[in-house]
Amino acid sequence: MAKVHVSTSVNGEPTEFLCEPHDTLLDVLRNELNMTGTKEGCGSGDCGACSVTVNDRLVCSCLVLGAEAEGKEIGTVEGIGNNDSLHVIQEKFLEHAALQCGICTPGLIVSTKALLEENPSPTEEEARYYLAGNLCRCTGYDKIIRAVMDAAESMRGAA
Amino acid sequence: MTVVEYSAAASIEEAVSLLLSSDIPAKVLAGGTDLIIQSAGLDPIKVVDIKNIDSMMGATIDGDGLTLGPSMPCAELYSRDDVKALFPGLVEAAYLIGSTQVQGRCSVGGNLCNSSPAADTIPALIANAAQCVIQGPGGERTVAVEDFVTGVGRNCMAKGELLTALRLAKPAAGTSDAYLRFIPRTEMDIAVAGAGVSVTLDGAGTCTAARVSIGAVAPTALLIPEAADALIGSKLDEAALDKAAAASLAASSPITDRRGTVEFRKHVVGVLTKRAATIAAQRARGE
Ligand code: FES
Ligand code: FES
Repeated sequence: MAKVHVSTSVNGEPTEFLCEPHDTLLDVLRNELNMTGTKEGCGSGDCGACSVTVNDRLVCSCLVLGAEAEGKEIGTVEGIGNNDSLHVIQEKFLEHAALQCGICTPGLIVSTKALLEENPSPTEEEARYYLAGNLCRCTGYDKIIRAVMDAAESMRGAA
Repeated sequence: MTVVEYSAAASIEEAVSLLLSSDIPAKVLAGGTDLIIQSAGLDPIKVVDIKNIDSMMGATIDGDGLTLGPSMPCAELYSRDDVKALFPGLVEAAYLIGSTQVQGRCSVGGNLCNSSPAADTIPALIANAAQCVIQGPGGERTVAVEDFVTGVGRNCMAKGELLTALRLAKPAAGTSDAYLRFIPRTEMDIAVAGAGVSVTLDGAGTCTAARVSIGAVAPTALLIPEAADALIGSKLDEAALDKAAAASLAASSPITDRRGTVEFRKHVVGVLTKRAATIAAQRARGE
């Protein structure tokens, strides 16, 4: 099986990698690029733990082939905030205790950022529908939604 | 299936030749939301990515109607107000598929080519008399969408063929459509029954043309001319709607599984036919 050579951009950094034709973008991020922020929950598009953006569109990286990243712009949780200064969405997740085990959190952060870029003033219902593809087994979602609504408010204030 | 070869085609001609020349089974890769899951087996396949071909990803509206690139992500279709204005039922069917993340990849053409009995967009396409433009080694051919799917997961496409466009004629004045499905949850689920309806009303509110299609209650989505006949000539009064519902119920041949029984699915497909016709009529009246 011939490996595929891919030139792409990850969080704005030009990136090259080799992958098997069947490797998913999730496999590549975690195993080739050592970017383990993106999580694997199901591998079948159901849980949203692997959420990333491809050319600014929110997708499940487990349903994208690594080879498809050629010439695209990939955005992962590693591109949102850093250890010294968290993104306001991340701060609000901490403040509202919107996580327990944390496996769903990177996906939720990426999805929340995509939501608020598309719709800076979502209603609670809109936020719940938009994030319905991000499953969380721990929190019961209420704290997540509170964090999202609070983050939306403070991002509107800052804009 | 396991993907052992990946090629991105730059043109429709190149895609056709890549599909045709492959010595192992070759599959078209659009959004991959079905294909990548199905490819978790052992048999080697080649995939041909067609998303770099502009015409596969766009949608244009002109005097004749809509030409939809089969691989346009449903999320993008949903943001197209011009398409929504003409075919609100088709857009709502596309929008029902999966989560926001899945919406970013899945497409109407992918939904059609995957050919699941429960595909949401197929009844909506049938209600709108969509035509499938297929390019293959022998040139181009056009197939009515109700003839495209031939069985569970099967369709009329031969080796080397590619669905290149979906054409929907511009709706006549006083025409609109609707699609409804039943699922046990509020979203992110697969239809237990679905109905797509398009109606045309004259100035007096009489139905002059209609198309009714039902999904998830037979091996393929079905066009139900008897249901349309029940609506045509009526003002979509209760009696006409009941007759259309009965026609859908009679034409359905669902199975019992853990998602619903035969009796339940038959009942629901009748109710959905009635409600979708009512919504399509409201839209046709501009309400
Ligand atoms: S790992 Fe991709 S959706 Fe669950
Ligand atoms: S915090 Fe554990 S799954 Fe969400």
